[in-house]
Amino acid sequence: MKRFLEKAVKWLLTASGFVTSLVILLIIGFLFTEGAGLFREKVIEEGYVLAVHKDNPVKELTAAEIKAVFDEDITRWSELGGPDMEIVTFRLEDADEYFTEEELGAQYEYAAGKIDSLIAATPGMIAFIPESMVEEGAQLNLIEDNAISPAEVLGGSEWFPTATPAPLFGMWPLLAGTLWVSFFAILFALPFGISIAVYMAEVAPERVRNILKPVIELLNGIPSVVYGFFGLIIIVPLLQQVFGLPVGESGLAGSIVLAIMALPTIVTVAEDAMRNCPRALREASLALGASKWQTVSKVVIPSSMSGIASGVVLGIGRAIGETMAVLMVTGNAAVIPHSILEPLRTIPATIAAELGEAPAGGAHYQSLFLLGVILFFITFFINLCVEYISHRNKAKNQ
Amino acid sequence: MNSPVYPTGYHLRKRRSQAAAFTVFRVLSYFIVLVLFAILGFIIYKGAGVLSWDFLTKAPEDGMTAGGIFPAIVGTLLLMLGSAVVAFPIGIMSGIYMNEYASKGWVVRFIRLMTNNLSGVPSIVFGLFGMALFVKYLGFGDSILAGSLTLGLLSLPLIIRTTEEALKDIPAGIREGSLALGATKLQTIWKVVLPMGMPRIITGLILSLGRVSGETAPILFTCAAYFFPQLPASIFDQCMALPYHLYVISTSGTDIEAQQPIAYGTALVLIIIVLIINLLAGGLRKYFEKRLKIK
Amino acid sequence: MEKIEARDVNFYYGAFHALKGISMDIPQNQVVAFIGPSGCGKSTFLRLFNRMNDLIPGTRLEGQILIDGQDIYGADVHVDELRKNVGMVFQRPNPFPKSIFDNVAYGLRVNGIKDKAYIRERVEESLRGAALWDEVKDKLNESAFALSGGQQQRLCIARAMAVSPSVLLMDEPASALDPISTAKVEELISELRSQVTIVIVTHNMQQAARVSDRTAFFYMGEMVEYDDTKTIFTNPHKEATQNYITGRFG
Repeated sequence: MKRFLEKAVKWLLTASGFVTSLVILLIIGFLFTEGAGLFREKVIEEGYVLAVHKDNPVKELTAAEIKAVFDEDITRWSELGGPDMEIVTFRLEDADEYFTEEELGAQYEYAAGKIDSLIAATPGMIAFIPESMVEEGAQLNLIEDNAISPAEVLGGSEWFPTATPAPLFGMWPLLAGTLWVSFFAILFALPFGISIAVYMAEVAPERVRNILKPVIELLNGIPSVVYGFFGLIIIVPLLQQVFGLPVGESGLAGSIVLAIMALPTIVTVAEDAMRNCPRALREASLALGASKWQTVSKVVIPSSMSGIASGVVLGIGRAIGETMAVLMVTGNAAVIPHSILEPLRTIPATIAAELGEAPAGGAHYQSLFLLGVILFFITFFINLCVEYISHRNKAKNQ
Repeated sequence: MNSPVYPTGYHLRKRRSQAAAFTVFRVLSYFIVLVLFAILGFIIYKGAGVLSWDFLTKAPEDGMTAGGIFPAIVGTLLLMLGSAVVAFPIGIMSGIYMNEYASKGWVVRFIRLMTNNLSGVPSIVFGLFGMALFVKYLGFGDSILAGSLTLGLLSLPLIIRTTEEALKDIPAGIREGSLALGATKLQTIWKVVLPMGMPRIITGLILSLGRVSGETAPILFTCAAYFFPQLPASIFDQCMALPYHLYVISTSGTDIEAQQPIAYGTALVLIIIVLIINLLAGGLRKYFEKRLKIK
Repeated sequence: MEKIEARDVNFYYGAFHALKGISMDIPQNQVVAFIGPSGCGKSTFLRLFNRMNDLIPGTRLEGQILIDGQDIYGADVHVDELRKNVGMVFQRPNPFPKSIFDNVAYGLRVNGIKDKAYIRERVEESLRGAALWDEVKDKLNESAFALSGGQQQRLCIARAMAVSPSVLLMDEPASALDPISTAKVEELISELRSQVTIVIVTHNMQQAARVSDRTAFFYMGEMVEYDDTKTIFTNPHKEATQNYITGRFG
């Protein structure tokens, strides 16, 4: 009985030991399944087709081209490799411009035939209509509906997930926004973080350190929404005034808030590394007549460099993954930022803002999971870096 | 060997550059303390006037422009409790496994790597995962159950790490002493190792609750309700939560003027929770450290 | 001429009275050994000569220590100037995680010397002085950690000598070394005595007998006896000294 209990507990403990690994696997599995579904979706909204005149030589259009056509950024077929004529766009809502209500019928029951013949009669027309409206034998061509291509998603520079006829899932602006904000956040946090770490580890008397340490821990414990709220109430209006911006919500506001949030991570890890610098090294330096500052800058900091680097990298990881605070203060414009003073949008903020509205299972929903996959791998990579740095350091110190 | 000629007065220059550098560090450090106190002070100052018995015990009224935040407080407490039920046993067992059972070597290294990686996974990714697995795949729907599971997984790495570290610091001699008396490994762990490690394990548990109380992103799509004034009746109900409430009220409110005081009040309650948690963890640590020293 | 004079030195770690009323004179260019059982205060006393104990919070010193007639705890003394003049070699080799060259050059650089040619010349001189030059001259830019323990300790001696101190403190410099490396370090000590006054703390009585001119025996925070090394080891005046050197305790 006792032996059996020992065994059972051992198995239970072993199972628990692998729970985190299992969770990682599940995260990868679920995110991937949902995210990869995006590439099986068609460019054009489900159930709809793009119809053109039967003599029109244009057979294929990319999602970006379709959007440009319907936004009237492209107005001539020649720009798309077709004949030199004007593009006439047609959506179902436009039907009443061409036909009277009676012609279409109360239930749109005659609409299909009318629209088909309208397309047949208008050489420059491109029509976005339900599949069911294309009648058999209609004199028109359908634009080929390809699957969404990874190149367009990962390299695309426009994020319009709700655009019709073809939503655009170019993730580049979101990635750029994320990196942009995190980069500036670390830029702001770094001098402060290192200074505080040096001050706490080397300069401050024990008494001051005993005050600073809990303050930094508290800073770490404050929920991100509270930072976001503070940023929204104080930093955003402040930036708007100082820089005379039309809106204060901007990448800069996000960076400042993130800098404050990444600070505790950097400070704690870097301070730990410096305090672990062997006493023998300090004494060797001081015994040669070096000042305390020379000892810190020439011996302590270089020899704890890998610890400091881990702290900074962890801080970057925290900044990249932070959601709520950034969502609240960056203004959420999904465009590639030209200046840190403009609104922008990060990957986590996009997921948080849009998942609620994206119909489950649709392309938009899947694209958000794909963003999750990207985010997961960025932070995964960052963690591996930290692991590598600290592992190498351990090996060196032995 | 003749003596080198040192530049005269160099020690004064050294001293001056040291003074300058240390002053910079001191000023920057104090500046951050100032920023923290500015944040805290501002929210306390604005929120203190809102805080009242009614605010804490009443449901929101008039489209969340009046009334209190009681359901959000209850929701957050329920989520803390739920995540504790999920994560405490698994986390502690996992920590015990890593320190007491797993063969040192690649198994521990692998698990530690995975645990560290999991702790680096952004909370919004947990939200996505919770939605895909618990809400959709397992069909729990938006519910306290799904939210608790998601938050529980999120707090696992912290619990595992503190448990492992607490047990690692217990000298091997103590285990050997117990084993030498004929106790089994399990008895040794249960009667000797765990009680000794408990103070630090508990500190870790408390800190994990603190983290759970402030998380928003993981519950956005798994649990949190925009407005749900009555208290949840079962774990399959949605609930309100303080951080999400603060987010909603400060960004997508219907009447910014009327709702701002509520936002300050909610932020203050969140900060008070964090303060209590930090003080509790810090106090506990100090108390046990003292007790250990006297021994 | 007396290089170092200690006058009625008392030293406390908090409430613990670690050194009790010690007075001694150390003549120039001699090697003085401190011996005694662990915890007798010999290392503590040594670390007073370059004010290394300043780094330990809660310590207190009474009495005076003079080097070249100047009170090194006086208000007008800059502690880094003092340490430049009073070098130290530690129990375990503690090279910096830098190249061999940078290790030796460190002391010169932190004391304001910028002339590269001069630093190079000085590094070579110091390494030759520490009998290390031939072993490392082809790998000056390699990490000091690549050297063996004995080489590292000689590197630390070279590093200390590079700033040309007039006093060299050695805190059990051979205790972490193998016998061959120990012999090399001892040989070095007798060569260096022409340049510096050396104070060496050692556990090893044979070592004290081999290298030192004078020996002080410490016990329980007091200096029991201080005399010519020969006298201490052949004809000690105090019974405690006699007991210690004959190995009856400690």
